[in-house]
Amino acid sequence: MTSTSSDETPRQVHLAAHFPGVNNTTVWADPRSRSQIDFTSFEHLARTAERGLFDFFFLAEGLRLREHKGRIHDLDVVGRPESITVLNALAAVTDRLGLAATVNATFNEPYETARRFATLDHLSRGRAAWNVVTSSDAFTGENFRRGGFLDRADRYTRAAEFVDVARQVWDAGAERAFRHAGQHFTVEGDLGPARPPQGHPVVIQAGDSDEGREFAASAADVIFTRHGTLEAGRAFSADVKGRLARYGRAQGDLKIMPGVTFVLGDTAEEAQEKAAEIRRQQVSPQNALLTLEQVWGVDLSAYDPDGPLPDIDPVPGTGLSQGRTHRGDVFELAEKWRALSRDKGLSIRQTVIETTRRQSFIGTPAAVAAEIDTFVQAGAADGFILVPHLTPGGLDEFVDQVVPLLQERGVFRTEYTGTTLRSHLGLPVPAPCHERIPTA
Amino acid sequence: MTTRPAGRRSLHLAAAVDLPDTYEAEPYERAVRLAEHGALDFVTLHDSFAAPGPDGLAVLSRLAPRTTRIGLVPTVTTTHTEPFHVQAAVATLDWVSRGRAGWRPDVSTGAAEARLFGRRDPADPAALWEEAGDVVDAARKLWDSWEDDAEIRDVATGRFVDRDRLHHVDHEGPTFSVRGPSIVPRPPQGHPVVVVDAGSPHAAEAAARHADVALVAEAEPDRLAAARTALRRRAAELGRDPDALRVLAALRIDLSAGERAARPGHGGGPLPTEDGPLYRGGPVDLADLIADRHRDGAADGFHLTPLDPRRDLERLVNATVPLLQHRGLFRTFYPGSTLREHLGLARPVNQYATAGERR
Repeated sequence: MTSTSSDETPRQVHLAAHFPGVNNTTVWADPRSRSQIDFTSFEHLARTAERGLFDFFFLAEGLRLREHKGRIHDLDVVGRPESITVLNALAAVTDRLGLAATVNATFNEPYETARRFATLDHLSRGRAAWNVVTSSDAFTGENFRRGGFLDRADRYTRAAEFVDVARQVWDAGAERAFRHAGQHFTVEGDLGPARPPQGHPVVIQAGDSDEGREFAASAADVIFTRHGTLEAGRAFSADVKGRLARYGRAQGDLKIMPGVTFVLGDTAEEAQEKAAEIRRQQVSPQNALLTLEQVWGVDLSAYDPDGPLPDIDPVPGTGLSQGRTHRGDVFELAEKWRALSRDKGLSIRQTVIETTRRQSFIGTPAAVAAEIDTFVQAGAADGFILVPHLTPGGLDEFVDQVVPLLQERGVFRTEYTGTTLRSHLGLPVPAPCHERIPTA
Repeated sequence: MTTRPAGRRSLHLAAAVDLPDTYEAEPYERAVRLAEHGALDFVTLHDSFAAPGPDGLAVLSRLAPRTTRIGLVPTVTTTHTEPFHVQAAVATLDWVSRGRAGWRPDVSTGAAEARLFGRRDPADPAALWEEAGDVVDAARKLWDSWEDDAEIRDVATGRFVDRDRLHHVDHEGPTFSVRGPSIVPRPPQGHPVVVVDAGSPHAAEAAARHADVALVAEAEPDRLAAARTALRRRAAELGRDPDALRVLAALRIDLSAGERAARPGHGGGPLPTEDGPLYRGGPVDLADLIADRHRDGAADGFHLTPLDPRRDLERLVNATVPLLQHRGLFRTFYPGSTLREHLGLARPVNQYATAGERR
């Protein structure tokens, strides 16, 4: 690029799109909101992401419907298709876009999962990605044969071993035998599926915990995270990238992509007003009480969402809400929220709106483009996974208005230069393990 | 209505699009689009963890947006998989194809497959088919775990779904249990079509109990008719309407012998082989054979597996099918859009909706 004064090319921004389906940021009450299950919705969002030259399209996973007070949670979008199956269909209507599916390493088996991702990689000609997540949730386990419960540390050792076995299967291809006997899996076969076009489909890891960071540093190509500020992002990036060397990996081998929402307006004020309105739609009076009940652990339905916070103490460990829980000290959290409410004179609903805010770019397209660029140039992120709040049109404005400005800044591609997701991300195709030259 | 003579049942035709060792989408796409050009009811794609090749359900999902009417029926085994994942994937195939999904459940009896998972020892076919039936039963419950109108989007009360129209299935089987509900809303067909290869006594029992379509590999017309009668009788004994079960004759075809078979007519018909009956001859004689068996009521139709996928499917679609159409035996266009409509099968009533009191 010629726009920079030094001979250094500015760091390039990576962008991905998160499908806004089951998610507490998806606004379903908006008249423009359409089906979260019909294929046309997936097709619209994926085609928009590809028009915007995004690296990949991201699908989350659900394995059990959330429950609250022993009943199915009914306030947010519920119901989604199975991720890999939808992505295989999307491979038919897109050419370059990476296709990322979340698949849980706790409730699946490595050979089957490796084979499914190898197939997606073949059918898409090298565009598959696997977001590896884990669960320690016996509630979700009730839907599965294993039905098991793994504690927090075990689920990461299982995930690491799971990914390791999958890579052995991919490396074996249709010619070689593979054999693995470990703590969680004993797997062997005479041959695997034909080696995927990318060698290994791209591995994404989501999560900010210490175990999660270590797992990402050892095994992931992309880490999907959340952090609010430039400083927090730089600290996170320094920490995670600092762990790479001990696995023999280079700084560029792991891309940091926080999930973010965004709101665009013609002026800064208009964008702020729209953002406030979206927050009110995301946090309905019923949702505000439910969020509070998840912290307090007791039925608060008698409280007025437009009134003050309860002065009673939380009752931890009630299992009131399942499928999503608050970790950490609920007494501390409740006191913090009460203090905020007192100091600013906020109602229950206003307090929830204030405290459940996530990283968001709000402003004119120019301001949002500049802020994204700033994050990336400062090394706080390699790019972002955008979470629109509307299905399926929520990405249209961003692609039409922000992408061209990022291109003008010389920090975003103007065309796809490769055909595989690894090439979009600047990641090499890994050599099969039997061809790797042993070190020392 | 179609042009078939009054009183005669519809003829159903299906074809396998198995392409050993092929991982790219394009050869499958050519085959499935060709089958759709012939207005076939559905295509099947075999899959097994033991054999090389891609995931079958994935391939047919990849083809869903490239086709518009033809039914898509992958084999999905039930021995080493999670029933919850299987039902979700099959329901999703129905969503992405807008009501054209089927599912051919199968079992994995081999030690090699068991070692790929390292989770359970090989078991005998009787137990595994019993389990496969149990998986289909659980899948049907999970497909019904959302009533069709569960999504209400009621802005006034802030409720996206009516939780009274979502159901825990609480399925308890000997080898697995599932709590439910599914994560996938009820698919367009209500239940995707279940196709069971009734090749062994255990599989035949599962077919009579659970299938919408049973495949029977019998070469002799009398034995084929007897198998169909037995399946229908057993289905009736199990409390099912036998007319809700389609029985298709499974036939391997080798159409390399020109327009007509070397022998005039089809003589003794297909030859029994180790892999099932094999028809060897020309496309014209195949049309005669299909017409005869259908007229005799020996089968509701045929599931044809080309010996050479590229050559034989092309001859089937471009020669045999037009002859059957010309005789008014087979549709010339798809009057409906879902696989159930092609097969003349009703959309199932939701097993939970009838039980609950609607407010």
